[in-house]
Amino acid sequence: MKNNQKVLLSATSELNTTGWVMLKDKVGRSWYRFHRNAISIVGASMVILVILLAIFAPYVTPYPHHAGPFTDLPNAFQPPSKSHWFGTDEIGRDLFTRVIFGYRISLILAVIVLVISVPIGVVLGLTAGYFGGRIEAIIMRATDVFLALPPLVMALAICAAFTPTIEKAMLAIASIWWTWHCRLVHGITRSIKTEEFVQASRVIGNSHFRIMFKDILPNCISAIIVKITLDAGFVILVGAGLSFLGLGAQPPKSDLGTMISYGAQYLPMKWWTTVFPSMAILFLILGFNLLGDGLRDMLDVESEGI
Amino acid sequence: MKFFQFLGRRLLYSILVLLGLSILIFFIARVLPGDPARLALGPFASEEQIEHLRQKMGMDKPLPLQYWNYIKGLFHGDLSLSFQTRRNVALDIAHYLPATLELITMAILWVFIIGVPLGVLAGRYRDGWLDNISRVVSFVGVSVPPFVVGLIGQVIFSYSLGILPTTGRLSLLTPKPVTITGLFLLDSLIAGDFAIFGDALKHIILPSFAVSVTGIGQITRITRAGIIDVSSKDYIESARAFGIPDRYVTFKYMLKPSFIAPMTILGLSFASQLGNAFLVETVFAWPGMAKYGINAILRKDFNAIMGVVLIIGLAFVVVNFIVDVLAGYIDPRIRIQEETIEE
Repeated sequence: MKNNQKVLLSATSELNTTGWVMLKDKVGRSWYRFHRNAISIVGASMVILVILLAIFAPYVTPYPHHAGPFTDLPNAFQPPSKSHWFGTDEIGRDLFTRVIFGYRISLILAVIVLVISVPIGVVLGLTAGYFGGRIEAIIMRATDVFLALPPLVMALAICAAFTPTIEKAMLAIASIWWTWHCRLVHGITRSIKTEEFVQASRVIGNSHFRIMFKDILPNCISAIIVKITLDAGFVILVGAGLSFLGLGAQPPKSDLGTMISYGAQYLPMKWWTTVFPSMAILFLILGFNLLGDGLRDMLDVESEGI
Repeated sequence: MKFFQFLGRRLLYSILVLLGLSILIFFIARVLPGDPARLALGPFASEEQIEHLRQKMGMDKPLPLQYWNYIKGLFHGDLSLSFQTRRNVALDIAHYLPATLELITMAILWVFIIGVPLGVLAGRYRDGWLDNISRVVSFVGVSVPPFVVGLIGQVIFSYSLGILPTTGRLSLLTPKPVTITGLFLLDSLIAGDFAIFGDALKHIILPSFAVSVTGIGQITRITRAGIIDVSSKDYIESARAFGIPDRYVTFKYMLKPSFIAPMTILGLSFASQLGNAFLVETVFAWPGMAKYGINAILRKDFNAIMGVVLIIGLAFVVVNFIVDVLAGYIDPRIRIQEETIEE
């Protein structure tokens, strides 16, 4: 009898660690695959470059004071030159400076949206997938309602009720974004909750909470990481759309979408006011997508649901 | 599960989603700050005028009752009055919808002309130069904001080369074709007027391409993956071993099964096209429903917002319903899967 208990106990302690230890193993193996994958290296470099530029924006830009409400009318609409790499805008502000500061807003938008929406989505997805039944039905039908509109349109409809600011845009996007993570985690949870290690954990009397967060969650982590990386690009894309339509960051803030929509009024003569911010935003989103794709190969995540 | 049972369940489910969507948007629109009556009448309206409009719009009643009245109206095709145009929103939408429909149909055409063949060839000649092109196309396609594609397209094809017009659906001097469907391309063809058809075609090329970029990126990638997946299957190997010509194997045996994934993705792609239309119609001054919707949002015209959102939700749900049913019809395995998920 005592022996049996011992075996059970050691099995328990092993179980306690399985999920997260397996994950660590996986990360080790993955790193090898990652640094051999050229695409993900390129993507990672692009993203890291932009993040560094954004963090040190006041030090790396030639005219940091041009980021806000500054006017220098005699210098308006200077074409790209040595002193103004990307030219100047309609009131003489240096566009290179404003693009770098614009990256700050884009990145903050992505971070805040994901920090709010991912935990909500993950917890709801775990709950729905693990408990099943009526709870699952309610949660999943609710996500379907949010997914019945394209993200941009849903965000627009929610924004409509507010006076437009960047904070409201963030909230609007976050309020729809949890659904994607809920779906993803729900799918994985459903498929692994019948596996033996989960059954075993239940048999030895672990609480639901423990099983969900210590046994099941680690198996979702790699899929969530890939999804977050790809999402960052997508959130920035939606955010750029909102501010292009005038519902995001308001002038005089340096926001890439807003800059493009202002610049577009002066096409084609003052092409640089549109083209450089456009290329800048494409560069960042492309970086996130390349990185996410590399991560997907590296972490061996099935593409389904991502 | 019988096919009709599957169909019925899907239909019921679609209706539930639409109902949920209408509740969500209705309460967001009505609960949040800003009095639409005051906004519609402007700052100089008297309290009496505002109160009068509120009563006329039924806004003095409790919220659940307002919602009930709204839904009752829906069944008569009544979407309530727009605060801005003072017309029934249903009329407004009927006026603006064809332009958007035409735009999106053309965009889907682009997706199938570019995305599918590129995906097939890339998967067939894996790691060849075509595959590299397909990678660039699918990455850039999903990364680039559609309004950027529109603006850059205008700079290149309109301003520099001068071969395509910048904005609108027709040139100033071209008369509108007689309205039958509201789709200028179709109407001019029915009337047999090729001058108008050519003009409308020229106008739609750039905006529809801008709308389609996301879809092209998605479909290229998924078609490629499907072809690669199928090409390692046993029956393809044996077809090859029998000496069946390569072209025949590719198009006859590989394309069909790998087509189910892109078809279900079509629903997703349709969603991205609708979202993109909101951006592209602004760039090209395209007089469609998305443009109308944005104006409604900027002016807080709640009934118009509700109408646009519901129509888009309806279109989305219908497309997904059709795609689901088709997929379930072609591939019985999907029906069975459905059954096990529900239980």
